[in-house]
Amino acid sequence: MNWIAIGTLSDIPRRGARCVDTPEGKIAVFRTADDQVYAIDDHCPHKGGPLSQGIVHGTAVTCPLHNWVISLETGKALGADDGAVRTIPVRIEGELLFIALEALASRAA
Amino acid sequence: MTEKLVIIGNGMAPGRMLEHLFEQAPGRYQVTIFNAEPRVNYDRIMLSPVLSGEKAFEEIIIHGDGWYIANGITLYKGHRIVAIDRTAKTVTSDHGVTEPYDKLVIATGSVPFIIPVPGHDLPGVLTYRDLDDVQAMLLAAQSRAKAVVIGGGLLGLEAAAGLNAQGMDVTVLHVMPTLMERQLDPAAGYLLQRAVEQRGIKVITKANTQAITGVGKVEQVELADGTVIPATLVVMAVGIRPNSALAKQAGIAVNRGIVVDAGMRSNDPDIYALGECAEVNGMVYGLVAPLYEMARVAAHQLAGNEAAAFVHMDTPTKLKVTGIDLFSLGDFAEGEDRQEIVLRDAAAGVYKRLVLKDDRIIGTVLYGETGDGAWFNDLKKKQTDISEMRDTLIFGQSYQGGAPLDPMAAVAALPDDAEVCGCNGVCKGKITGAITGKGLTSLDDVRAHTKASASCGSCTGLVEKLMVLTIGDKYNPAAVQPMCGCTTHGHDEVRRLIMAKSLKTIPAVMQELEWTTSCGCAKCRPALNYYLVCDWPNEYADDYQSRFVNERVHANIQKDGTYSVVPRMWGGVTNAAELRAIADVVDKFEIPMVKVTGGQRIDMLGIRKQDLPAVWADLGQAGFVSGHAYAKGLRTVKTCVGSDWCRFGTQDSTGLGIRIEKFMWGSWTPAKVKMAVSGCPRNCAEATCKDVGVICVDSGYEIHFAGAAGLDIKGTEVLGLVKSEDEALEHIVALTQMYREQGRYLERIYKWAKRIGIPEIKRQIMDDAGKRKAYYERFVFSQKFAQVDPWSERVSGKDKHEFQPMASVGFAEAAE
Repeated sequence: MNWIAIGTLSDIPRRGARCVDTPEGKIAVFRTADDQVYAIDDHCPHKGGPLSQGIVHGTAVTCPLHNWVISLETGKALGADDGAVRTIPVRIEGELLFIALEALASRAA
Repeated sequence: MTEKLVIIGNGMAPGRMLEHLFEQAPGRYQVTIFNAEPRVNYDRIMLSPVLSGEKAFEEIIIHGDGWYIANGITLYKGHRIVAIDRTAKTVTSDHGVTEPYDKLVIATGSVPFIIPVPGHDLPGVLTYRDLDDVQAMLLAAQSRAKAVVIGGGLLGLEAAAGLNAQGMDVTVLHVMPTLMERQLDPAAGYLLQRAVEQRGIKVITKANTQAITGVGKVEQVELADGTVIPATLVVMAVGIRPNSALAKQAGIAVNRGIVVDAGMRSNDPDIYALGECAEVNGMVYGLVAPLYEMARVAAHQLAGNEAAAFVHMDTPTKLKVTGIDLFSLGDFAEGEDRQEIVLRDAAAGVYKRLVLKDDRIIGTVLYGETGDGAWFNDLKKKQTDISEMRDTLIFGQSYQGGAPLDPMAAVAALPDDAEVCGCNGVCKGKITGAITGKGLTSLDDVRAHTKASASCGSCTGLVEKLMVLTIGDKYNPAAVQPMCGCTTHGHDEVRRLIMAKSLKTIPAVMQELEWTTSCGCAKCRPALNYYLVCDWPNEYADDYQSRFVNERVHANIQKDGTYSVVPRMWGGVTNAAELRAIADVVDKFEIPMVKVTGGQRIDMLGIRKQDLPAVWADLGQAGFVSGHAYAKGLRTVKTCVGSDWCRFGTQDSTGLGIRIEKFMWGSWTPAKVKMAVSGCPRNCAEATCKDVGVICVDSGYEIHFAGAAGLDIKGTEVLGLVKSEDEALEHIVALTQMYREQGRYLERIYKWAKRIGIPEIKRQIMDDAGKRKAYYERFVFSQKFAQVDPWSERVSGKDKHEFQPMASVGFAEAAE
């Protein structure tokens, strides 16, 4: 795994998200009420809405465009909707956050 | 021949180790202890009761002087070891005593973490670690003056409770939003804060200590937000770190703590470490159970049993403050592969949450009633499959084993004199008697006749069960649509209870109204946030994370994730300078689309999120403020040119429109509010399809409301005719406030009016001058806190995180 430092836990508000720009598009990094951190593509499987802008509840986010609810853990749409986004591994070391970007690593190699 | 065992530190862990060792290998070691504290081994956990005065020091001693003598131990009190010579195998104390060892045990414990703010070294700043600290606090407490405790964790709260019990005026500062966030979820944290505050201890969360100041001694604590708290005593209880400096200096492997294997042995085979200074498998520990386990393992090892090994265990947390019962264990984070069982009893202040994975308990938070903590801990430890008892698991051990409990049967079994409604003192027999005697069939009937469930409403469920029991199918439960899947309450019920119970935070609402999820959903959170903003304008701290993105970033999100920006144009009036400023912004930021809106202003579309603050900065230079085109709040007041220009105009409709907009901008409402003022009945401003409209006539101002021109089309209703502009403003403001207080979230005025009834609204606003005045005053009060331009706030740096990516990664690699 190619772990890349992206910042600290306190950079992200609780029940909120921040974006990380990558050459492959934006990644949304979420922090839940109980300080779990998840990263998924910032792109709703429905119509591409920016998931990082949605309301975070439990371990899910509601897309701001059409209210699809996406699981932060699996990237899958919850409820009656069908679709999924890519999930990105996150590692927390103390305050520091890292994400794993395999595609980037292989491209760099 | 006896071997020489030297122990550095005389805390609870080495004390326990020696007990085990003397039992297993009596006479094998000649023991020498160096204790930096000038006293025998005592129960450090019980310092809080000593501080609060519930216990004396003598009562918490574990090993008195006699024990040391009986076991032939040499105890050097007040000797701090300053050097370990691993080649010569000796230790040397600060008083010059050098002692040889065959085996050495390092048990130096931990040191409190000191926040390095200016003034942290002033006299009067203490930590909370040992008896000396407690004695210093007791001395300070004699003055009965003000104390500040920095840190709202376990230790900080115990210190605060102790100082409070000693008569001090105590404020707890905690940097996180809820107390004890490492052990408690926000719901339990809320209950804890309430209980702490009920003892007269002030709690400030999200408090960032900036400095401790005073001349020669502590006088006050200053927070980053400018708050200043007077204090003669400051206790820092923000955490501890392993005290491993001595070991490190001796060249022993140290990471966070002294690195030991599962047999508590360091990388020097003759040196062991245990207690808070030791690190096993990457973990350091601070609670007594694992420390005692370390002591057991170390004793076995010293006695020659090399198989003894330390295994990680989760330890429950309990707060030692009399009258506050909380229990926390294991992992209570949410997760998709996990399920939670939540039980809330608002009246009793009870919150219980079990986190399950694969039908096994992995975490528990209990507040208010912790009797079953041990049982849950046991189930977790044994990984018991709980699927059989799942339905009643949360009720605890005493509900297991018998027949499953039927809630109906439980209600049926209540005796007639059992009190059902605590607020009004109504017992079961009175309710069932009224139902049969008077032929009542609805909850409202029962409320009217018996007063049961008519006050706080928390017994509503019970009353409903009684109705089903008494009249069966004839009971027709009021078809109240719950707010969302997180609650059984409808919007009106929630609004009523927020006022009735003085609920002032989202966690408070969720606890007191027995929400079934721990943090709500995207439906209920924005609604609750609005209700609290509306009901407690000067007290509630707006929760931005519970707002839809548009209201969080103060612009309208578009389908491609860009935003549109609409500055306010008061009454739809603009001028050359404003238009020039807009044109410059459009050029500078290459804004792809500029559009005139239906509300007489200009919309700039396609702005990238990170450009928003800069766009607002430029617009702000020209005098523009946010148009709130994104808000569930006052949007536009559309006007015609009125008597200033129009040959038919009867009044200054433009002037009145501007006046209304300037008076009411910034206010949050259940749904968007659009207004218009037309200067004559020709109605060029289309006021008769607005939420609120004014038609000017010769004799005054005709106020309209409850129009719609969206999903539904509906002409307005006439509220009434008033003579002056001042009266028009007062009536419109009062009407809006009535809607703000009664509307359901996302319910437009026309739907609210249909529900409440037009005559009722006319009666309260037109006929009842007292009511109207009161509505008006409440609106004016809330505007004091609402009329802040959100754009200029963000230009000055507020919520910076919303607009900047957290990081940019991978680009360098990609370029190579």
